[in-house]
Amino acid sequence: MSYFPYLAAGWILLAGLYGLVTSRNLVQAVGCLAVAQSSTYVLLLAIGYRGNGATAPVFSDLPTDAPVVDPVVQALVLTDIVVGATVTALLLSLVIQLRKRHGTVDPEDLTGLRG
Amino acid sequence: MSRTTRLGLFLTAATILAAALITAATELPGFGGSRHPYGERAVAAGLARRTANIVTSVNFDQRAFDTLGEESILFGSVLGAGMLLRLARDERKRRAAAEPVLPTTRLFGATLLPVTLLVGGYLVAHGQLSPGGGFQGGVAVATALHLAYVAADYLVLKRVRPLAVLDVADAIAAGSYAALGLIGLAQGAGYLANTLPLGTFNQLSSSGLVAVINAAVGVEVASGVVVLLAHFLDQAVEIVPRGERQ
Repeated sequence: MSYFPYLAAGWILLAGLYGLVTSRNLVQAVGCLAVAQSSTYVLLLAIGYRGNGATAPVFSDLPTDAPVVDPVVQALVLTDIVVGATVTALLLSLVIQLRKRHGTVDPEDLTGLRG
Repeated sequence: MSRTTRLGLFLTAATILAAALITAATELPGFGGSRHPYGERAVAAGLARRTANIVTSVNFDQRAFDTLGEESILFGSVLGAGMLLRLARDERKRRAAAEPVLPTTRLFGATLLPVTLLVGGYLVAHGQLSPGGGFQGGVAVATALHLAYVAADYLVLKRVRPLAVLDVADAIAAGSYAALGLIGLAQGAGYLANTLPLGTFNQLSSSGLVAVINAAVGVEVASGVVVLLAHFLDQAVEIVPRGERQ
């Protein structure tokens, strides 16, 4: 099946979303968000992959007409990883503050607003 | 909403989403095919600007303006985490204690710290030539400093990491990316256009503006990650609620 890798990306996305919906712990929920996001890496890299011996798009030791995989999607994955990592850090610091102010990281127990 | 309704709602939505994804996947060009129109154009454009690493060329030349936005997200997140994790009114700092470490672990850290720093610096400097670049190399440099924490303790990490300098370096590097774009404007091309001398292909001085932006991003990522981790480590090691005994 030539579109199996795309379906794998879809499966990872759904698994991450399932974790987000059912999680009883916000740290775990942030982890699930990272899983859901990693599906985009799989999808992008699968789209950029090229058979027939194509290699990384770096020409420092390659002839300039060598077949290479798609560099555009690789650059997008790089963007994705950087943004994902920093947003995860921001969310985790929010969780730390929640734990301090409300004494819990279970989203079901967070009912009222507090300054 | 109860847990069962929420799960039911999710399963319904997930089924529809899965059906849509499967339909979309079957319409995509097959996996590993040879038709990559964007890739081919990006490779041609990167080689024309004498950049050996096409991924870096895409990030810092062909879509440099997008990367400016991404780099601002990085800066904003570091700033946001710093704001969220600052010392609250009902908290105080305690002195971190020295921790016992195995001599072999200490030796490991002392040996690998300079090596990892060098590797990170190499990755940043050769971003336009070999796999790597500002983002990856910056993370490697930041990791190198934290070997001091792994192989010794928090006090040693505090000594090897000049936090005040890195705070400023983060902001200056983030701002300098935006400022570097003005070179293109000054030369009558466009914001962030690559108008610097392109140099010789596959040499350290190749690719014009790409190498400079790459270095700025390397500094920003390295200092940003160290500052970010510093806030988290402070929470774990130093900050305690006021009135609590150690």
